[in-house]
Amino acid sequence: MIRFLIRRTLLGIFVLWLITMAVFGLFYVTPNNVARTLAGRQATPATIHLIQERLGLDQPLWKQYFDFVGNALHGNLGYDYYHQVPVTTIIAQALPITVSLSLGAAILWMIIGVGNGVISAVRPRSIADRGLTVFSLVFYSMPTFVLGLLFLYFLYFKLTLAGYDWFPAGGYVPLTDDPAQWARSLILPWFTLALVLAATYTRLTRGSMLDVLSEDYIRTARSKGIRERRVVMRHGLRSALTPVVTQFGIDLGQLIGGVVVTETVFSLPGLGKTSIDAINQQDLPVIVGIVLFASAAVVLANILVDVVYAVLDPRVRLH
Amino acid sequence: MNAENPKAETLREDVEHAERVPTTGESAGARTVAAVPAKKIEGRSPWALAWDRLRRDKVAMISLLIIVLIALMAIFAPVFTAWTGHPPNEQYHSTGLTLNGLPKPPSSTFYLGTDDLGRDVLVRIAYGARISLLVGVIATLITVAIGVVVGLAAGFLGGLVDTALARLIDVVLSVPFLLVAIALVSITGPSLTVTILVIGFFSWASVARIVRGQVLSLREREFVEAARSLGAGSSRIMFVDILPNVLAQVIVYTTLLIPVVIVVQATLSFLGLGLPPPTADWGGMISEGQAYYRVAWWFVLFPSVALVITTLAFNLFGDGVRDAFDPRTDQLLNK
Repeated sequence: MIRFLIRRTLLGIFVLWLITMAVFGLFYVTPNNVARTLAGRQATPATIHLIQERLGLDQPLWKQYFDFVGNALHGNLGYDYYHQVPVTTIIAQALPITVSLSLGAAILWMIIGVGNGVISAVRPRSIADRGLTVFSLVFYSMPTFVLGLLFLYFLYFKLTLAGYDWFPAGGYVPLTDDPAQWARSLILPWFTLALVLAATYTRLTRGSMLDVLSEDYIRTARSKGIRERRVVMRHGLRSALTPVVTQFGIDLGQLIGGVVVTETVFSLPGLGKTSIDAINQQDLPVIVGIVLFASAAVVLANILVDVVYAVLDPRVRLH
Repeated sequence: MNAENPKAETLREDVEHAERVPTTGESAGARTVAAVPAKKIEGRSPWALAWDRLRRDKVAMISLLIIVLIALMAIFAPVFTAWTGHPPNEQYHSTGLTLNGLPKPPSSTFYLGTDDLGRDVLVRIAYGARISLLVGVIATLITVAIGVVVGLAAGFLGGLVDTALARLIDVVLSVPFLLVAIALVSITGPSLTVTILVIGFFSWASVARIVRGQVLSLREREFVEAARSLGAGSSRIMFVDILPNVLAQVIVYTTLLIPVVIVVQATLSFLGLGLPPPTADWGGMISEGQAYYRVAWWFVLFPSVALVITTLAFNLFGDGVRDAFDPRTDQLLNK
């Protein structure tokens, strides 16, 4: 187990190193006119040069890279080009929003996904099963931004027009300010993110539950006289969850994509929207910082998922 | 391709049936055994069997029909221009916009309404289908090609090659795809080629992982040994003997990957990183329409509907293809 963890951690660090190289390299190799943009229209070449010097853009590429990595290891991701705010501060401001969004959505999608999957598997071919299969396939086929816009149109715009001011159009209220308003500001984004992803889990749980429920030990459990509910929940679900957990690990990477889109649609100033804004402004340190931070989060989350996996399925620990 | 080694195919089929009997439970097992002689007499290949099952799957066939219709719409997009008299990028400032400069609702001149610049939404949806299908199919083919070659090499060659490639697969899988893709597209500037390459570059790893897993078990089979003892080289064994045996899985994965790729392309467009204007594409149209959803629902709704119908059709068809190649779950349920 310890060796396994060490190997995973080393691999994670290797991944992060590759990502810094790739992102950094690409951004610097391609010409960008940050200095020119910053200097304004009337700038003399001398001013532009001065700005380049201040931002460190006149240094050789390898030196810029080593400075960047060195600083990053000391917890300094640089300053944004436009307002000289530390990137770590920008990330720290955006992070609570992204975490609120993803955590809430993750809980929702696990409940909806696994719950529907179990209902489908317990009575295969029933009306409930068919209904849920269609339901999940429709959401599975729906891009996150389409679902978000549908929610905005019907649940915000139409409802508010009809006099029911239940859901806001967007924006974020910090949890510490007002928990009720926080939940209200996030409910549509949560469902947007969760429903698209939940579909995968419904299909996965259904398939794996069907496999497990036809195993001999389930028949044994039933013939011992254990109640059906307990057979399904305790004996069946536990082993059926293993592929679900694997998928959860894989989806954490995808989740970031969904977060970017959801935050854009509902104008939540989280990491996703911040990175899109930074990309539109060519604000390099912010982009590199967020990509790096997000990759680190994905890598860390994957290691955690592997640990959970080992707890759920003790056989994994043997390898 | 499977005609070249019919022995391997029949062997595989026999082995699969033999393996399935104990795992599918008693009643289902009895069904499988009963079904085998009938299939044996006709001597059909697994491909013919799969095609037969697929043809009887109503949902899959309807989805296929929808896919064909969308493809026809894409190919014959100019017909829509001829029919309505509106080119896709023509801006009708006087007839296509209200006095306040807002999009016009569906009418007898503009069947699905107009967009913010007074362009015909229907014609643009038809032209947009070209982009979605083109990217969906080409990027998927690139993805699958890279994935299959890497998976075959890693699984078959083993040793150092496998270790290196397996690590590479892990690395690519743990990259936050959309964020890096957005960053890449933003540097290189949006274009069709860049979108296709970025999607292909980041998606091959999952294909490679599946193929590698299959090849690892296949290379121990007798037919590989037989091929080697006949003097076949590594590349011949990989592509002529092993590849046909993983092809079924690859085809299933390919059909299910196309809708995913279409959604990724639309997402990039939605975030403003799709194709440079004025090219019509669904994600871009939805993105432009987003600002007008309160006053011009048709501008957002119709491209969204087109997008969702397309991905839904591909997903339903992909499900059908998977069930056709692997009817095990169906047998499990038919007890």
